Amino acid sequence: MTAQEIYDNLKAKFGDAVGEAKLDALQPWIAISETRTREICQFLRDEPTFAFDYLSCLSGMDYPDGKLGVVYHLFSMTHRHKIVLRTMCTREHPHIQSVSAVWGTANWHEREAYDMFGIVFDEHPDLRRILCGDDYPGYPLRKDFKVPEFYNGMKVPY
Amino acid sequence: MKESRTLPTDYVSSPERTSSGRTLRTDEMILNMGPQHPSTHGVLRLELVVDGEIVVDVIPHIGYLHRCFEKHAEHMTNYQQVIPYADRMDYLSSMCNDWAYALAVEKLLKIEIPERVQYIRLIMAELQRIASHLIAVGTYAIDMGAFTPFLWCFRDRERILDLFEMTCGARLLYNYIWVGGVSHDLPPRFVEKTKDFCRDFRKTLKEVHDVLSYNEIFIKRTANVGVLPKDVAINYACSGPMLRGSGVDWDLRRDDPYGIYDRFEWAVQIGKGEAGTVGDCWDRYMVRMREMEESTKLIEQAVASIPEGNVQSAIPKRIRPEAGEVYVRSESPRGELGFYIVSDGTASPYRVKARAPAFVNLSVLSEISRGAMVADLVAIVGSVDIVLGEVDR
Repeated sequence: MTAQEIYDNLKAKFGDAVGEAKLDALQPWIAISETRTREICQFLRDEPTFAFDYLSCLSGMDYPDGKLGVVYHLFSMTHRHKIVLRTMCTREHPHIQSVSAVWGTANWHEREAYDMFGIVFDEHPDLRRILCGDDYPGYPLRKDFKVPEFYNGMKVPY
Repeated sequence: MKESRTLPTDYVSSPERTSSGRTLRTDEMILNMGPQHPSTHGVLRLELVVDGEIVVDVIPHIGYLHRCFEKHAEHMTNYQQVIPYADRMDYLSSMCNDWAYALAVEKLLKIEIPERVQYIRLIMAELQRIASHLIAVGTYAIDMGAFTPFLWCFRDRERILDLFEMTCGARLLYNYIWVGGVSHDLPPRFVEKTKDFCRDFRKTLKEVHDVLSYNEIFIKRTANVGVLPKDVAINYACSGPMLRGSGVDWDLRRDDPYGIYDRFEWAVQIGKGEAGTVGDCWDRYMVRMREMEESTKLIEQAVASIPEGNVQSAIPKRIRPEAGEVYVRSESPRGELGFYIVSDGTASPYRVKARAPAFVNLSVLSEISRGAMVADLVAIVGSVDIVLGEVDR
């Protein structure tokens, strides 16, 4: 199924929850609403014509315009087609619906995005930091992150 | 005799919580396996909830080796400088990491790779796959109490490292595959020595099969243990031998082709449940053993037909891809290694995300080890073949 068909189907089914799309990009992407992520992903996984059963990658993003976001790279083992989804949220209210109920693999990826970008995944079963220590201040991969001079009383050497 | 062990019927345990927020029940025990434990293959801490010898739950705690690869990558002054960092992610398969990153940047730049470079990259990646699987198999043998195969595996891995050393001077972290080419051409006698290695390596494989694969004790320890069903494997996006061990016929080298894998004759190996159930530890182990055989075939075919040429002709003077983003995946020894690179048109990447196969494969651990014995957990962790350098990045 081509990206255009996927986009048309999603648009017909979910209306406003499906936003802009760039279908002529190197890897076509579709923007979706951050409050209906799970519903849309569930549909993409369960509908036999899409059957996106494999979540390749889930990456947090800090966009130049100051918004945070998440990029999902989906793949279908059955049909061998791909699509990229994007969601965005504001810095002041960094909430995105979790998709870990749809794909088990999203659990750790979302924890990583939470750890690095401070994006809160609503309905996530176990949202804790994963790579940094529990007491680490701030979210390191945000573009405005400053490396603290001291960490737990120890001087950070650089 | 005083009954000290039976609790009164109206006893209510206080809701003590572990760091993961799990409520303690009175008849279970929390046991820490790691961070320094030989069977965790690095600094991994497993928080086990055990009921006697039975594992009720496993909570992996990772991050001890976190060294912010992604942050470093954003702060480099050019794309090429990321490669030494990519080397250090999965330090047992540096060649494959370099190649995966180079593939992603090359896709952004839309450059053509010379024939000779394609051959060299394939040979290096497959040698690296054998070296990596040798460690996986060798250390797995140690986990199961077999010491001899471990020594054989390391002996043969040394010969691969010698080949790498004569090519680029390094034995572990090569910085060899660059964007658009490779850092050095093959040295004299490389082809000859590689052929010798392939010939001798077949004997080692047979020996390991004789001593380990079909050994009854080994089969008893690994068959029907840690069974990972097909649908769970896909739901958790497992990849590599982990996915193929569960009977999914899927290999990125064939199914999402890159390089020149489509020109050679080789087969994707999947688990068939010969010793027990499809998707058990033995299947995962066996997929790795058979993949080494396939890699040997690939290397032999590639060295026999490698063309002449300049290996640095396509290396760009200045890497400045136009704004855009790309996710490129390739088959590292542990599975799908993907790089998501966002370019904003400047000389350094705006964002690099590494989708590390070991990280994703490890996330399924608690699914497959509930109900196992503690000793079996060692077998399960070993069969996942994690490299903590890559899990934590």
